[in-house]
Amino acid sequence: MTTKALDRQTSLSIFERMLMIRHFEEAVIQLYKQGRFVSHYHIYIGQEATGGAVLEALGEKDLICTTHRNHGHIIGRGCDPNRAMAEILGRATGFNGGRSGTLHICDSNRGFLSTSAVVGGCAGLATGAGFGLKVKREPQVAVGFFGDGSLEEGLVIECFNIAALWKLPVVYVCENNSSGAIGPQQGGYPTAITATDSFTRLPAAYGIHCLKVDGTDMGAVYTATVEAIRRCRPGNGPVFIEAFTTRWPGSSPLWPELATVTDLNDAWDPARITGPHADWIRRHDPLLRAARELVATGHASRDELLARDRDARARIATAANFAIESPMPTPASVYDHVFA
Amino acid sequence: MRKISYAAAIVEALRTSLAEDPRVSLVGSYVLGLGPKRVLMDPIRAEFPDRIYDPPTSEAAVVSVGAGAAMAGARPFVDIGTASFSYVGWSPLVNEAAVARHMSNGTLRVPVVYHMLHGLRGGGAAQHSHSPQAMLWNAAGLEIVQPSSPYDVKGLLRSAIKSDNPTVFVNHARLMDIEGDVPEGDYTIPFGRGDIKRPGRDITVIATSFVVHAALGAAETLAAEGIDVEVFDPRTLVPLDQDMILESVSRTGRLVVADETNLNCGIASELSAIVAEHGFKLLRAPIARVARPNVPTPFSQPLEQAITPNAAKICDAVRRTMAWT
Repeated sequence: MTTKALDRQTSLSIFERMLMIRHFEEAVIQLYKQGRFVSHYHIYIGQEATGGAVLEALGEKDLICTTHRNHGHIIGRGCDPNRAMAEILGRATGFNGGRSGTLHICDSNRGFLSTSAVVGGCAGLATGAGFGLKVKREPQVAVGFFGDGSLEEGLVIECFNIAALWKLPVVYVCENNSSGAIGPQQGGYPTAITATDSFTRLPAAYGIHCLKVDGTDMGAVYTATVEAIRRCRPGNGPVFIEAFTTRWPGSSPLWPELATVTDLNDAWDPARITGPHADWIRRHDPLLRAARELVATGHASRDELLARDRDARARIATAANFAIESPMPTPASVYDHVFA
Repeated sequence: MRKISYAAAIVEALRTSLAEDPRVSLVGSYVLGLGPKRVLMDPIRAEFPDRIYDPPTSEAAVVSVGAGAAMAGARPFVDIGTASFSYVGWSPLVNEAAVARHMSNGTLRVPVVYHMLHGLRGGGAAQHSHSPQAMLWNAAGLEIVQPSSPYDVKGLLRSAIKSDNPTVFVNHARLMDIEGDVPEGDYTIPFGRGDIKRPGRDITVIATSFVVHAALGAAETLAAEGIDVEVFDPRTLVPLDQDMILESVSRTGRLVVADETNLNCGIASELSAIVAEHGFKLLRAPIARVARPNVPTPFSQPLEQAITPNAAKICDAVRRTMAWT
């Protein structure tokens, strides 16, 4: 239990980010089921400790690039959930006026680069952001989030070479969520198809410092990220973090399903957990794990966490209503913002 | 005015841009190609050693790094080299750089220049002769520049580096040695403004990049036959000076479009369609296209010559158009 290493304020701040992500994502699935938006979409449930802890460790001016699975990073960064949800519903009030949708939400005021839903694309942009920071002699770092599937893309490997050659301040965060995935053979969503037995061999081949962490352990992720930033901010070159999580059962099928519904009380009473996904809830749910550890370390009481949970649910309900009630963009605006 | 080479004009624009703005850097430095003019880059290398990055042979990553750096506030000039290799970097070019402004609802800027050397250069065969600017024109979100003279390349390159948009800057290897009048001082040429390279009464020939020089040669030949050709160079494809094209055709009533991109869905095709759609009543004869036929570019010189848009082919197209009744 590495949460012990975190102080009360840090661990509660990470937990808060995780709660918001979890309830946001559960609401997104419900809105999809209600027919509120079209498009395929990707859910971040199961990876909240990774996003929450990495984003906790970042500074206000650090740069971030994310992927098709961006909701968690947007919400975890503290971006306005109303505008994020409105974007998913294609509304004019969304962060991107309905131009990006679920796949490309971008809040450039919070340091996000263009969100790339091209597998591996974000690693390239994050590397470029690192280059931009170096050229401008700025002390920030660029963080690129991507899944393990990105390491099947040649562009990502090329970027490791460039970032290492030019000692760019880039933290690559590979969220390896392939464990437990069923893959296309069983009718599920694609998962890693690779001949390597360890993804860190790839960046390590270019001399990039690599860290492997349990992606459901917010303390471990936070500590690794702080170390990564400490190494790369002064110009020692990039760092690669591989965060392992077990695929949330709702993200195993081709289309997301609300396979489990969060009840924070389950954290302290595993006997009440039933159903086909009881094992994932008991052993792999990062939110319940964080709640258990916060209470066990004495950083918070159950009642305090339950109150925060209610508050997060209320804010997400407000976001959903805001999105539903927001206007659609006008067709005449379609030509706006092609060029600066 | 002093005369300098096209290559020297590029170097002047790069030098001024590097000296003016510390956010500008060069990623890749074979901007002038591999010919003898390449040594003109040496003084820039000496003056700005920490501003020039020679990247690994990784076009996809290099294009992507340029886009990400621009989003982070830098202003990289990224040299892709031979334009055929830009296909390796196609995804970050059309999927990242071109769309980020729109996808972010106008909250991101992507001030990057992608430079490439296009075209039939003599023996380039099928993998070193491409002119991908028409394909890039088919992807929304990229400014596309293709100068034809030393004066234009200096002013347009200065505008490209100052632009807040992703700009594809297409030069032709065969332009490098061409000499022309270039002011010593700094100046910019705005995008979206074409230039009449030779005024004429009887027929408009729109030509781009190196083919402008073939068109000017054709105009001299045809002048001796009593045909007065106007040669128009749009200089930038995006934005396009559509008004000036239609204005020229309104005076001449006849149009030939000559360009090195492939005939199918090429620059000549799109410009012809624009004039047919918006200027049908101005035309007294069908539009003729002189473009690269849709075959992979062969190596052997008689074969390469057979597909090259040149002065003789432009003359033939003009004569056919003038004779049409």
